[in-house]
Amino acid sequence: MLDLTYEAPTPKVIQGAKHDWELVIGLEVHAQVASKAKLFSGASTQFGAEPNSNVAFVDAGMPGMLPVINEGCVALAVKTGLGLKAQINLVSAFDRKNYFYPDLPQGYQISQLYHPLVGEGEVLVDMGPGVARKVRIERIHMEQDAGKSIHDMDPHMSFVDLNRTGVALMEIVSRPDIRGPEEAAAYVGKLRQILRYLGTCNGDMQNGNLRADVNVSVCRPGDYEKFIETGDPSVLGTRCEIKNMNSMRFIQAAIDHEARRQIAIIEDGGSVVQETRLYDPDKGETRSMRNKEEAHDYRYFPDPDLLPLEIEQAWVDEIAGSLPELPDEKRARFVTEYGMTEYDANVLTAEVENAAFFEEVAAGRDGKTAANWVINELFGRLKKDDLAISESPVSAAQLGAILDLLAKDEISGKIAKDLFEIVWTEGGDPAQIVEDRGMKQVTDTGAIEAAVDDIIAANPAQVEKAQGNPKLAGWFVGQVMKATGGKANPKAVNQIVTDKLGL
Amino acid sequence: MSIDTKTAAHVAKLARIRVDEDDLPALADEFNTILGFIEQLQEVDVEGVEPMTGVTPMRLKRRDDVVTDGNQTDKVLSNAPDAREGFFAVPKVVE
Repeated sequence: MLDLTYEAPTPKVIQGAKHDWELVIGLEVHAQVASKAKLFSGASTQFGAEPNSNVAFVDAGMPGMLPVINEGCVALAVKTGLGLKAQINLVSAFDRKNYFYPDLPQGYQISQLYHPLVGEGEVLVDMGPGVARKVRIERIHMEQDAGKSIHDMDPHMSFVDLNRTGVALMEIVSRPDIRGPEEAAAYVGKLRQILRYLGTCNGDMQNGNLRADVNVSVCRPGDYEKFIETGDPSVLGTRCEIKNMNSMRFIQAAIDHEARRQIAIIEDGGSVVQETRLYDPDKGETRSMRNKEEAHDYRYFPDPDLLPLEIEQAWVDEIAGSLPELPDEKRARFVTEYGMTEYDANVLTAEVENAAFFEEVAAGRDGKTAANWVINELFGRLKKDDLAISESPVSAAQLGAILDLLAKDEISGKIAKDLFEIVWTEGGDPAQIVEDRGMKQVTDTGAIEAAVDDIIAANPAQVEKAQGNPKLAGWFVGQVMKATGGKANPKAVNQIVTDKLGL
Repeated sequence: MSIDTKTAAHVAKLARIRVDEDDLPALADEFNTILGFIEQLQEVDVEGVEPMTGVTPMRLKRRDDVVTDGNQTDKVLSNAPDAREGFFAVPKVVE
């Protein structure tokens, strides 16, 4: 979608008891930086380690310990900013966000409230062919993650693991540009895709690598346009924030539920209270976190342990030079370079690993055939066995070799599928397997003619019918293919059957 | 800006410091004295002066993205009033 000839999607409309309503949604996505060590300590970020083993004294909030920033984390955050076409602030600073919780031993989270590292950017969210929502990014700042509390291991105690404490997060804050639950989920999906292309976040939502806080409000049709024109947020409804969701399905369901809850309140003559809510996926509803409200007095102030973070334009330029091809560009290139449909290009570029696999298969071969095989055969088979592309038993080189045999007419399409299955389960060199097992296509017209003659001789009644109705010639082709174990070249068989029957 | 006893109680609660009701007026007074001092500083004309972020002409020290620390669970837990199976154990906190 590089030509930018896209249209904005129509906002989702929810019918209330009295009126139609629209949604206004903004997201704060917390993306874990794909670094080896934590933001301010040398402890590992490895997921799934023994409890409290990836903890430095800085992370544990021991007295006298000082934070030292991990330059690799800063580089990854800058790279993320560049990938979202955002402004990079050469001077940013860290602030303390103060609150008490057992999994926050410092008593504050180091964050960037006043001077974030990354300023305004944008994400183009695809909502169908030629339809996309441009979501503006307000800012990206760096901050520390908190530890993990486990409440179900003991009836009276909570258990705290500080392994995640101090891991670097990027908080990516969007403008309220999102107009429906589907758009919100698609936005998170697109963001995740870009981060994974950039290699700056693994995007593993199940492990909490990517979590979203969603701000939702409702308004009457036309109000949003007034807001965009005047910039005055008071024409919109009061918003609620739904905290900490780690699944696109939940995000969608939570927004839908929350919007309907707000509409019901307003139509009943009440008013929405601005508050933080939690989504309960079991009950499919959101509930208030009122008891946390008072604690939301964070008393931010500049962290006296950290000087401002000053970076050089030359360093930013260097990072910009290392940016990989991003999803939108890759998809556009796949369409033009390989002549595939936009749909196929979408499927192949969804995950960067898939795109790389495809390009290896397609190198020096017919792009469309390669796309068909990767999407239909390979992806289908991976899905069946619930495997990731990195675990594929058939390598790109092996699949390429199968396609070569097909292109050279050495095997038929049907045999190629059988061959794929053999390579999948047994491995090996496709060309060698074809050779060893006699799977080569019979293109020797003499052999095919003999087979056709046999079948014609054995089925005089069918011959008569076919001569009256040429469409029935297909039956003979089928019989010949059966007789030759699928190895006869179908084109040759067709020709010979037509000739012999005198059609 | 003036701090009343209610605000003083709120600040104490946020800091998790128990302050007896009787001590709140004195605490509020102390806050007000501190704020009064800060207000005095506000009188200085700083028009056009860059905010000072440090007294030493230093660049923020950085380190490489390398794991150099950790694997010291015993030490990390050694000050904990209660620790079980490698975790800090605290009175139940749940939403």
